[in-house]
Amino acid sequence: MADNTTMEDVKLKPKDFSSSQDVRWCPGCGDYSILAQVQRVSPDFGVDKENFVWISGIGCSSRFPYYMDTYGMHGIHGRAPAIATGIKLQNPKLSVWVATGDGDLLSIGGNHFIHACRRNIGIKIILFNNKIYGLTKGQFSPTSEKGKITASSPYGSVDYPFNPAALAIGSDATFVARSIDRDPKHLKEIISRAASHTGTAFVEVFQNCNIFNDGTFFTYTEKETKFDNVISIKHDKPMVFGKDNEKGIILDGFTPRVVSLTDGKYSVNDLWIHNEHDLHASRAHIISQFQNFEGVPTPIGVFRHVDKPSFDHELHEQIDNIVKKEGKGNLKDLLYKTNTWEVN
Amino acid sequence: MKKDIRELSEVTVRFAGDSGDGMQLTGTQFSNTSAFVGNDVNTLPDYPAEIRAPIGTTYGVSGFQLHFSDSDIHTPGDEPDVLVAMNPASLKVNIKDLKPGATIIVNINSFDEKNFKLCHYESNPLTDGTLDGYHVIEVPLSKLTEEALKDSGLTVKEITRSKNFFALGLMYWIYSRPIEPTLDWIKTKFKKKPEIANANKTALEAGYYFGDNTTLFSTRYKVNPAKLPKGTYRSIEGNEALALGLVAASVKSGLPLFLGSYPITPASSILHALSKYKSFGVRTFQAEDEIASICATIGAAFTGALAVTTTSGPGLALKSEAAGLGVMTELPMIIVDVQRGGPSTGLPTKTEQSDLLQAMYGRSGESPLVIIAASTPVDCFDVSLEAARIATKYMLPVLYMSDGYIANGSEPWKIPDPDKIPEIKVKFRKNSENFQPYQRDENLSRPWAIPGTKGLEHRIGGLEKQNITGNVNYDPENHEFMVRLRAEKVKNVENDIPDLKVKGNPDADLLIIGWGGTYGAITDAVHNLNEKGKKVAQAHFRYLNPFPKNTEEVLRKYKHIICPELNMGQLSVLLRNKFLLDIDSYTKIQGQPFKSSELEEKFANVLGGMSNG
Repeated sequence: MADNTTMEDVKLKPKDFSSSQDVRWCPGCGDYSILAQVQRVSPDFGVDKENFVWISGIGCSSRFPYYMDTYGMHGIHGRAPAIATGIKLQNPKLSVWVATGDGDLLSIGGNHFIHACRRNIGIKIILFNNKIYGLTKGQFSPTSEKGKITASSPYGSVDYPFNPAALAIGSDATFVARSIDRDPKHLKEIISRAASHTGTAFVEVFQNCNIFNDGTFFTYTEKETKFDNVISIKHDKPMVFGKDNEKGIILDGFTPRVVSLTDGKYSVNDLWIHNEHDLHASRAHIISQFQNFEGVPTPIGVFRHVDKPSFDHELHEQIDNIVKKEGKGNLKDLLYKTNTWEVN
Repeated sequence: MKKDIRELSEVTVRFAGDSGDGMQLTGTQFSNTSAFVGNDVNTLPDYPAEIRAPIGTTYGVSGFQLHFSDSDIHTPGDEPDVLVAMNPASLKVNIKDLKPGATIIVNINSFDEKNFKLCHYESNPLTDGTLDGYHVIEVPLSKLTEEALKDSGLTVKEITRSKNFFALGLMYWIYSRPIEPTLDWIKTKFKKKPEIANANKTALEAGYYFGDNTTLFSTRYKVNPAKLPKGTYRSIEGNEALALGLVAASVKSGLPLFLGSYPITPASSILHALSKYKSFGVRTFQAEDEIASICATIGAAFTGALAVTTTSGPGLALKSEAAGLGVMTELPMIIVDVQRGGPSTGLPTKTEQSDLLQAMYGRSGESPLVIIAASTPVDCFDVSLEAARIATKYMLPVLYMSDGYIANGSEPWKIPDPDKIPEIKVKFRKNSENFQPYQRDENLSRPWAIPGTKGLEHRIGGLEKQNITGNVNYDPENHEFMVRLRAEKVKNVENDIPDLKVKGNPDADLLIIGWGGTYGAITDAVHNLNEKGKKVAQAHFRYLNPFPKNTEEVLRKYKHIICPELNMGQLSVLLRNKFLLDIDSYTKIQGQPFKSSELEEKFANVLGGMSNG
């Protein structure tokens, strides 16, 4: 692209975000959908292409930056949030994204993940959660269910899994959401929401690995089962689900319970009204735990969205205030300011 | 009382006490004042890794040694002439290091049964003959301080804390130094605690006048100013100089300084120093761990910062994978390793030079980077500038080696004129025409194209790159080509650095080589031998990878080469390997710097053998 200022006026198109590299994921992989949705919505963010940066670690998902015609870095295993942090601190104007997988983010990179959440650095983390190690050929991951039979757990894994959304909420992330690779409309909406968040945004995407863990999310994606097993939560709206919105969720103490809206006992007015801006994270945490309660559907949507100043903003504001107060640093003053003496 | 004043050429003093006795502060004040009156000064703080070990025990002893002189000096002194021992434990720990006949000033009030027991003295060392041959002066430091401060309104505990100022005042009197610089310092330091400021001032003055009035001391001493080059001076520690050098490099390159760091001894004070310089736009990021700190540094380097990460040996080990990413992505960054005793946690507060091979080889694959080392506290400033120049010009990570000894040691610094520090020329790629991320200039450097630049969107990463395009490439020939190219890029730096210089006797057959913090001890030993008519030459390496171009030519001129190092002979390994030369490795691994006397003895023995053969 030439250095032509008028170009800025022309709205970018999805294909502007597509790099010249051939995509090398396995045919049928859920990653294709995530890439397509990201490319589709990126022109809508109001961010110039040169201000996007995609950072990744290691794993199938971490090849993502190669396919985006933006700035990018394919980093080392688990460290994408740390690399992204350096980029965002150096230039807060950039829109900095992390593409990562369940092993990358939650196993080897767990430390960086929780600290990125805690610091509320303005980076967006998209977790491609396929509950398996793909690129190393099918070992159980920190999100695999206990008992999973894999290459490294032939008798069933004895590991308990992480719940990524719960971990993010527990680490005080200010934006926590979940979506599914096979629900492109929903996925686009959630990615757009994450893009507009100023602090750390965390999006878990259920992503099918059709080679090593095919069908692990089918209950949530197939017509026959998804209506009873997934609830799409929306801010300020009652929690209803089912094919004909015939079921709902009430909060009974700390326990979410499914109720019928057709037997006359409960109406929509009795249901839990989702408030993603709730400053207390307790309810968001309960939402992240839905799948642990028998019969309660798995939620997708924005679990938590609260505003607080981001780390990058605070750091630069501190610098600006000090410069305002003390004036811009002068090297001569710095070197000569302490107790000096003359030798003649 | 009229006292004699005797002139001395140089003195080595060691202050020793409990970790909580303020010995580091006392030593620092004495050093700064000595520098202020024009002496050359060199210091060696020596403290335990524990913050406050139990009072009165030997493992809680903290010491600060300084050497001040009327001429140019390079070491903190081999053997103290004077020990100030605040308690029996500090006497016990330090007595073995003293010069025969040394003066020992003890705080007599702490020499009681309880304290003997705590440090396992079976009898009173002041009376049982332990100190025969030393000149012992018993001063009731605690009692005198209490007396001086009895009307201060402070608690006994607070009063006791001021006794180091009494000791400092007394030492100022003995060595004829002014108390005003410390009085000024007290005023600023305790601005918010006027009662403590007053107590410290009173104790300092009381100590000073005690010297004048007591019959314990019949003589005062004087050390005249050293003949240092004309200029404005300040006293500076290595880590402080390193930090200031980085700020200067930021100003001179126009790049904002980014520091990603995780606290680790003895490197933390660089983080502390840089976090103060916000008015220079310095971004300090205290990361969650060593790995995050270098990864954030890589991110900042990609985005156009003068990017630095600081650590010590164990942290460098944790950073090694990311340093490899720095090599692969060919981004400019500075990795500072302030070495300490290893392996593992090792000796956190003690010095060593045992990370050189880690710096050279401690990454997966063929992963060369530039290695440079500072040799004195003051040199740390210049090496920071040099590290920044090389990293940005050649687009690669520079590993900057310092060590605990020069990091914490201090000496007078002739402050440079900032206007005379050369600019560091940095050019970001702006033009998108024919842009390729891994195209090469005459130095084989690739363009620095930072996010936010229109039309230069590109991806880099840890997978092998195709030259020019930077695309991922697994071709066998390309990999070999790139491995050799990265090595050549590092080697190219040899065209841009000064030759290895030889000092000392031009007719010498014996050459002493070194690197890093051993510079002072080697310099003194070589100087002393040459003064005695022996013929010895010296060469000290700042550039360890690549070596200066003339290295082999220099080394081959000598019949015998000794390489003293505070490790098992790591520079010797590198030189033997590269030049197939015989190097006589002389090593010490005690967490302590070389004494110039032990080096002198070694060199003299070798010289004796050479002339016989």
